[in-house]
Amino acid sequence: MSNHITIFCKKELRSFFDSPIAYIVITIFLLISGWFFFSDLFLVNQTSMRNLFSIIPFIFMFFVPAVTMRLISEEKRSGTIEVLLTLPVKDYEIILGKFLAGLILIFVAVILTLVYTLTLSGLGNLDFGSVLAGYVGLLFLGATYLSVGVFTSSLTQNQIVAFITSFVIIFALYMLDKVLIFVPGVLASFLEYLSVDYHFSNISRGVIDSRDVIYYLSVIFFFLFLAVRALESGKWR
Amino acid sequence: MIRVKNLTKKYGDLKAVDDVTFDVHTGEILGFLGPNGAGKTTTVRIITCYMLPTSGWVEVDGLNVSEHSLEVRKKIGYLPENAPLYSEINVLDYLHFIMGIRGIAKHRFSQRTKEIIDVCGLGSVIHRNIGELSKGFRQRVGLAQAMVHDPEILILDEPTSGLDPNQIAEIRSLIKELGKEKTVILCTHILPEVEATCGRVLIINEGKIVADGSPAELQSSFQGKEKIYIELKAPFEDVEAKLANLENVEKVEQIASNGNGKKKFTVECAKGVDLREKLFRLAVENNWALLEMRKEQASLEDVFRELTTS
Repeated sequence: MSNHITIFCKKELRSFFDSPIAYIVITIFLLISGWFFFSDLFLVNQTSMRNLFSIIPFIFMFFVPAVTMRLISEEKRSGTIEVLLTLPVKDYEIILGKFLAGLILIFVAVILTLVYTLTLSGLGNLDFGSVLAGYVGLLFLGATYLSVGVFTSSLTQNQIVAFITSFVIIFALYMLDKVLIFVPGVLASFLEYLSVDYHFSNISRGVIDSRDVIYYLSVIFFFLFLAVRALESGKWR
Repeated sequence: MIRVKNLTKKYGDLKAVDDVTFDVHTGEILGFLGPNGAGKTTTVRIITCYMLPTSGWVEVDGLNVSEHSLEVRKKIGYLPENAPLYSEINVLDYLHFIMGIRGIAKHRFSQRTKEIIDVCGLGSVIHRNIGELSKGFRQRVGLAQAMVHDPEILILDEPTSGLDPNQIAEIRSLIKELGKEKTVILCTHILPEVEATCGRVLIINEGKIVADGSPAELQSSFQGKEKIYIELKAPFEDVEAKLANLENVEKVEQIASNGNGKKKFTVECAKGVDLREKLFRLAVENNWALLEMRKEQASLEDVFRELTTS
């Protein structure tokens, strides 16, 4: 991996963990997901992570934009983007470095939910295969949300605007397969394919299919590509 | 060597830079002067590859900034206006971050850091967060950032803004020192800075180059008036009227007068006329005591004011 990407990634991770942002965001994430997970665990009376995996895509809708909103917009607001873009680095290296830093933060947050998994495994037989698939799915889903967040952050110098736009785009991607009954058949399968949640539910059922992986990778690529273009477009102002 | 040719940059309908052409030679300290909003920053942003020109081109050592952007950026050290820096990390980490990006080998980090800290006088704040630093130190961190990789070309956009007089003097002598081996472009609207440091001055106004030359050349080619300062002791007479009646005198201005009859004037006449002898004879005829008389040089400030106000 390019040296520059590593340097950007490390720098971004430092500013996450040197400031309270990362800790606050992760704590809130764990509190909310923990509450949703355990509140009806004993009502359902099953040793399954299904419940957690169905709520996290929803929590991520707020969590991920909160992580990404400042990534590029803050550089634009404070003017440090001018130093950054006159350094001998390619634009995609900046975007990828920041994206990876966000991915690591999400990874940390997701890893911490393993506490729930371990608690659960003490209560009964847990299907570790499907749990693992669920976690892989979460990372793909998180990475997809992140790419949207990085893109919207590259559009504006206002963090709040970046947060709201990425939330709206992610919400739309999430809701696509929830509105299928209102649209005609051909369009329905198309919309279903575009929905992040549809692919996530495929994976979290325990089957990691290349179609779902390709879907996630292409959406990630698409938004990161747009982010690079947005960064470049500044030069043409 | 930097070559700028027919450079034009438009923001919508506004022409920020309008058909600008100039060269900067290796080892030159170029003062880039102009009022706020004249196009200095825009020009510099194009040279540093932050923006692309609308038309025209810029070459740095024969490399076009649009086509060989990365190579050009390697050669340049750039301090943007207001020294934008990350506020949440400390000075040392910031310098290491830039060094890493600039491709300086890890084992040279500590030595290079030491050198740059000495040059920029950052020793006392190296472990402080940049956000806590005063404007002067921030400016120096910005300068350190620009010099970390020992670039051939140094572009500084208002490097002394926000500094106190001692710091300004330090930075100026630093720039002079650097200018011995590097090409330096110094953007500023502070004129004494240019007179103190620059071998050549470029004045830009409303996007166009209006003057180009050494500070001395600009002063001598200045199409202004000759000005003579004169101080007399003449308690009872109307000196001003008599001075004004003198041949060739265009304007007389009384600067000060006090109780015991000391009066100070500036007398203006057309360029090339030397009034001093006549003034002396007038003083003798009227029996005034002539205390002081001198020819006033057109300062760079006069040149600047003349060229940039319409």
